[in-house]
Amino acid sequence: MIRYVLGRLISLVISLIVASIVIFAVIEVIPGDPAAFMLGVNARPDTIAALRAEMGLDQPVILRYFNWVTGMLQGDFGRSWTYKTPVADLISDRIWVSLPLAIYALFLSTIIAFPAGIYAASRRGGAGDITIMGATQLGVAIPNFWFAMILVLLFAINLRWFSAGGFPGWDNPLQAIKSLTLPAIALALPQAAILARVMRSSLLDMLGEDFIRTARAKGLSRRQALWRHAVRNALIPVLTIIGLQFSFLLAGGIIIEQIFFLPGLGRLIFQSISARDLIVVESVVMLLVFVVILVNFAVDIAYAAVDPRLRTKT
Amino acid sequence: MYHIKTIAAATAIALCAPAALAQDSITVAIQLEPPNLDPTGGAAQAIDSVLYSNIFEGLTRFDADGAIIQGLAQSWDISDGGLVYTFNLAAGVTFHDGTTMDAEDVKFSLDRARAEDSINAQKGLFAGITDVTVVDPLTVQVTLDQPNGSFLFNMAWGDAVIVAPESIENIASNPIGTGPFTFTDWVQGDRLEMTRNESYWGAAPALASATFRFISDPTAAFAAVMAEDVDVFVGFPAPENLPQFEADPRFQVLVGNTEGETILSINNKMPPFDNILVRAAVASAIDRQAIIDGAMFGYGTPIGTHFAPHNPDYVDLLGNSPYDPEVARALLSVAGYPDGFTTTLKLPPPSYARRGGEIIASQLREIGIETEVSNLEWAQWIEEVFTNKDFGLSIVSHTEPMDIGIYANPDYYFQYDNPVFQALMEELNATTDPAGRSALLVRAQTIISEDYVNGYLFELAVATVAKAGINGLWVNQPTAAVDLSGVSWSN
Repeated sequence: MIRYVLGRLISLVISLIVASIVIFAVIEVIPGDPAAFMLGVNARPDTIAALRAEMGLDQPVILRYFNWVTGMLQGDFGRSWTYKTPVADLISDRIWVSLPLAIYALFLSTIIAFPAGIYAASRRGGAGDITIMGATQLGVAIPNFWFAMILVLLFAINLRWFSAGGFPGWDNPLQAIKSLTLPAIALALPQAAILARVMRSSLLDMLGEDFIRTARAKGLSRRQALWRHAVRNALIPVLTIIGLQFSFLLAGGIIIEQIFFLPGLGRLIFQSISARDLIVVESVVMLLVFVVILVNFAVDIAYAAVDPRLRTKT
Repeated sequence: MYHIKTIAAATAIALCAPAALAQDSITVAIQLEPPNLDPTGGAAQAIDSVLYSNIFEGLTRFDADGAIIQGLAQSWDISDGGLVYTFNLAAGVTFHDGTTMDAEDVKFSLDRARAEDSINAQKGLFAGITDVTVVDPLTVQVTLDQPNGSFLFNMAWGDAVIVAPESIENIASNPIGTGPFTFTDWVQGDRLEMTRNESYWGAAPALASATFRFISDPTAAFAAVMAEDVDVFVGFPAPENLPQFEADPRFQVLVGNTEGETILSINNKMPPFDNILVRAAVASAIDRQAIIDGAMFGYGTPIGTHFAPHNPDYVDLLGNSPYDPEVARALLSVAGYPDGFTTTLKLPPPSYARRGGEIIASQLREIGIETEVSNLEWAQWIEEVFTNKDFGLSIVSHTEPMDIGIYANPDYYFQYDNPVFQALMEELNATTDPAGRSALLVRAQTIISEDYVNGYLFELAVATVAKAGINGLWVNQPTAAVDLSGVSWSN
C-alpha cells in the first residue's frame, strides 16, 4: 500500500513539473503584447516600455519562469497586471463560487445517476430501463450551455423563480445556493446522463460475473446479489468517471459561468485571456491542473480502498 | 395552487411596495468589466464607463451631447495667444477621503500624467504642456509650448481626471475622486457599488446608490434585462432583441450615437492599396446600408469620411463613394487589376467587425477581390495589425472623439502619408477661433475622403435598454460614460 501511494505521489510531482513548463511555454507564445494591449491604440512607445518594465516583462524568460515557480511554492501567485491585486486574492474570491458550484453539480449528478443507473440495470430490457436509457441519450446529446439558456428562459424570464444570473455572495447562504441552482442543474444533467449509463453498463458487466452467479446459487435473490456484491464492484469505473467529471466541472464551468455571469474561476480565466493578464492565466490554469492531478491521485487511492488487489500489486 | 399564488402575490406586493415609493437605487449593467479602477492608467473604456463623472471629475467635462462644459474648473482665461490657460477652481471641493481638492492636486495630476514614467494611455493629451503653476489654492496656470485649440477638450477626457497624491497609491482598487458618488465595493467579476457623496460640492444626485454589473454574453444580457435583474443596460450587445424591448411597456430603448467611426481600414503602404484607384474601387464596392442592416440590424449612420455625423462640422461626403460595383470593376481594370487580387482581412472581436467582415468579403468578391478572412483577439489585433501593420484590410471602430488627427501620423497603422494633410492639422492645432477651426475641419474631412484612405462605413450606434420610469440617462456616448449624476426614477 505504501509503495503504491509513493508511486502515485512521485507521478503527481512529475506531472506538476511538466504541466508548469507546458503552461508557461504555451502562454509565452500566445501572440499579443500585454502592455500594448492594456494601453490601447493611442499609447506612445515609451509608455508601453514603462509599463513592460513595471510588469517585469523586460526580464529574461528563464528568470521569469523561475520566479513564477518559486513564488508559487511559497504561496505567492504574483500580482495581476490588470486588476493590480494579488492573484491569490482573486483566486480565493473566485474559488468560493466555482468550488461550491462543482460540488453542487457533482452532488446533483450523483444522486440522479446512481438510482437511475441501478434501477435501469436491475430492470434490464424493461420499460423503466428503456425510458431511462432514452432520457440519458438525450442528456448526453444536449450541450449544457443550450440547456442553461432554456433553464434561464423558463425559470428566470417566464416563471421568475430565480434571477437570470449573478452571485450575491455567501453573506446570505440561502440566496447564494439559490443563485447556484440553475447553473448546477445545467452542469449536472449532462454529467448525470453519462454517469447513469456508466453505472448501468458497469453493473450489467458485474451481473454476468461468476461471483454473482455463485451468490445467486447460494440462495441470494437477484436484488440481494445486486446490492451486496455487484454495486460495490461496479463502483470502480464509476469512480473514475466521477473524478474526471469533478475536474471537468471545476474547470469546465467557463461557459456556464459566462451564461449566468457568475464571478467564478472560469470567468476569471476567460477575462484574463482576453485582457492578456498572463500571470493570472498561468496561475489559475496551474491551480486547476494541480486540483485535477490531486483528484486523480485521490481516485487512485480510492481504487485501492475499493479494490484490495491494487493494494498488494506493485 | 390558487392559495400559493395569492400568498406569493401578496408577499411580492409587500416586498415591492416600500421600494416603489422611494426608488432611489439603480442597477446598471455594462458589457465589460473594468480591469482596474484607475482612469489615468489604462485604455480600457469600461474604466470610464463606470467612473467618469460618477467618481472622478476633471477640469472640464463632456455633457450628454458632447459639448465641453465646466468641471472642477468653474471658469478659465486664455492668454498669451493661446499659450497660457488660467483655471479658476470650484471652492469647497473635497475628495471622498475628506482631503481638500485644490490647485496642488491639479498640478500633481497633470504632472503625473505627463511624467517620463507615466503609464497614461492618452499621454498625448498632455504632450503640449510645458509648465503647471499653482497661483493660489483655487487658481492654477497651465502653459503650453504652442497654441492648442483642443486643449479644453483634451482636459475633459477620463484620462485627465484630477486625482490626489494622498490616495494615488491604491487608486486602481480604491478610487478616491471628487465626484457625486463614492466608491464602496467591487466584487471582481460580478459587481461594483457606489453610494451618494453626501458632501458633494455640486448638485446632489437623486440616486442614493448604484450598482454596476458586468454581463458580457449577449444571451445573458437579454435574460438579465428580461428577468428585471438589472434596471439599465448601457451598450446592449444584442441589437436583434431591441424590437422586442421596444414592444414591451416595461422597458424603454434609447438608441444614440457614439464617437465610433467604423471603417474598413486599408494598409495604404501595401501594394496594391498604395494605388489610389484600387482604394477608390474598394470604396465603390461597399454597400454601406447592406452592412448596417446585415451586421447592425439597421442601427448606424452611413459616413463618407472619418468624422462623427452629429458633429456640427461634419460634411456629408457619401457622394464621393456611392455603391457601384460596375464603377469599382472599371477602376480596378484601369489600376491594372482587371481580374482582381487576393488580400487579407483581419477582424477584431466586436460583432460589427465579425458580421460586417463577412458582408464586406462578399461585396469585394463581386468585384474580383478575394479576401483571406482571419478572426483575431484584441491583443493579437493590436500586435499584428496596429503595431506590425501586417494586414491588407481590417474593420475597426475608432471610438476616440475627434480623432481625425490620426491621419496626420504617417506611422499610424493604415499608414496614410500626406504632407498637405499633416500641414493642415498643424494649422488646426494652432487655430483657436471656432470659425477658422470649422473651415479647416471641413477641408480635412474632404481630403481624406477624396484620397479614399479607408473605406468609410458607418457611425456606430449605442443602444441603452432601461426600465420605463428611469429618467436622465445619456442617450449618446460622446465619451465612454454612464453618468448617473442626473438619473432619477419617476413614480
